[in-house]
Amino acid sequence: MEFTEQQIQRYSRHIILNEVGGKGQVKLSKAKVLLIGAGGLGSPAALYLAAAGIGTIGLVDGDVVDLSNLQRQILHTTATIGAPKVESGRRMLSAINPDITIKTYQLNVDTENILGLVSDYDIVLDGSDNFTTRFLVNDACFFAKKTLISASMFRFEGQLTSIKPHAGYPCYRCLYPEPPPAGLVPNCQEAGVLGVLAGTMGILQASEAIKEILGIGETIADKLVIYDALEMKFRKVSRPKDPRCPLCSATPTIKDLGGDYSVACTI
Amino acid sequence: MIKVRIPTPLRPLTKGQGEVESAAANIVDMIGSLDATYPGLKNRLCDEKGDLRRFVNIYVNEEDIRFLNGKETSLKDGDEVSIVPAIAGG
Repeated sequence: MEFTEQQIQRYSRHIILNEVGGKGQVKLSKAKVLLIGAGGLGSPAALYLAAAGIGTIGLVDGDVVDLSNLQRQILHTTATIGAPKVESGRRMLSAINPDITIKTYQLNVDTENILGLVSDYDIVLDGSDNFTTRFLVNDACFFAKKTLISASMFRFEGQLTSIKPHAGYPCYRCLYPEPPPAGLVPNCQEAGVLGVLAGTMGILQASEAIKEILGIGETIADKLVIYDALEMKFRKVSRPKDPRCPLCSATPTIKDLGGDYSVACTI
Repeated sequence: MIKVRIPTPLRPLTKGQGEVESAAANIVDMIGSLDATYPGLKNRLCDEKGDLRRFVNIYVNEEDIRFLNGKETSLKDGDEVSIVPAIAGG
């Protein structure tokens, strides 16, 4: 594929990097990245992926923009309050980079639609706000052999990891075998979050996605990155493959998406 | 002494402290002694049988105790223990 003069200028700061170059920029322009959630994490991730020239960006979100979202969900503006998040997102991403394709899915993922969604993409970013979706997306990406970049946050703390069991690395269930039952761990956005933490974690997801596409740098697929904004501290802990993992071990108990993924949302 | 990192969701139990100290010789003793000082902590980390909950991980330095010696994983002076629960916000 050939870039226009304008595109060469747009991506010039990438192209002059040895690690990216013209070939890397072509890889980015051919890449398809799906974002589950166009909220706190999905917003900054989508903005940078669009700016980087990712050829196809899919946005999945069933919600509409609410005033209380704007403290952190920078894909949306005061003018798009009430609009579907995926439409608000499409407008913003197109304004940043008209050369890319943006596909929108105004829906909540479920066991029926998730495999069809992820199968059309190379990499999936999980920026959802509940455990039900996180376990479902992990399992679907496992069955579809898609690399998943997962981030989550709570108040002042964020977690990040890359999940690619198809390349021999652990899955999300190797890290957390089961979701918490209702009431034990706060899992709703109403629990409060430092707005800018969404930016930090979402941009780290975008960075890891771009590294995966380009095939450069160190993977975090065998690590969990923990960020504490108050202490301004990043820590990495090891994330081994669980030989008894219910999903990705040699003797799995989860063989399809037919199980119960519902987790009540209680603070 | 051992430094124990308390994650944000559990800090209401430790009066807001993000780091507490322990002199315990292993993880199970550490949880017991922390629960004596900060009642309710054990219940958040362990189920009725005393097993570590499946959405909470404990790391000694950088290693997950599930892949070491579980609750019996021994601790020594200078170790750093991190408690890391699954979080879902996005």
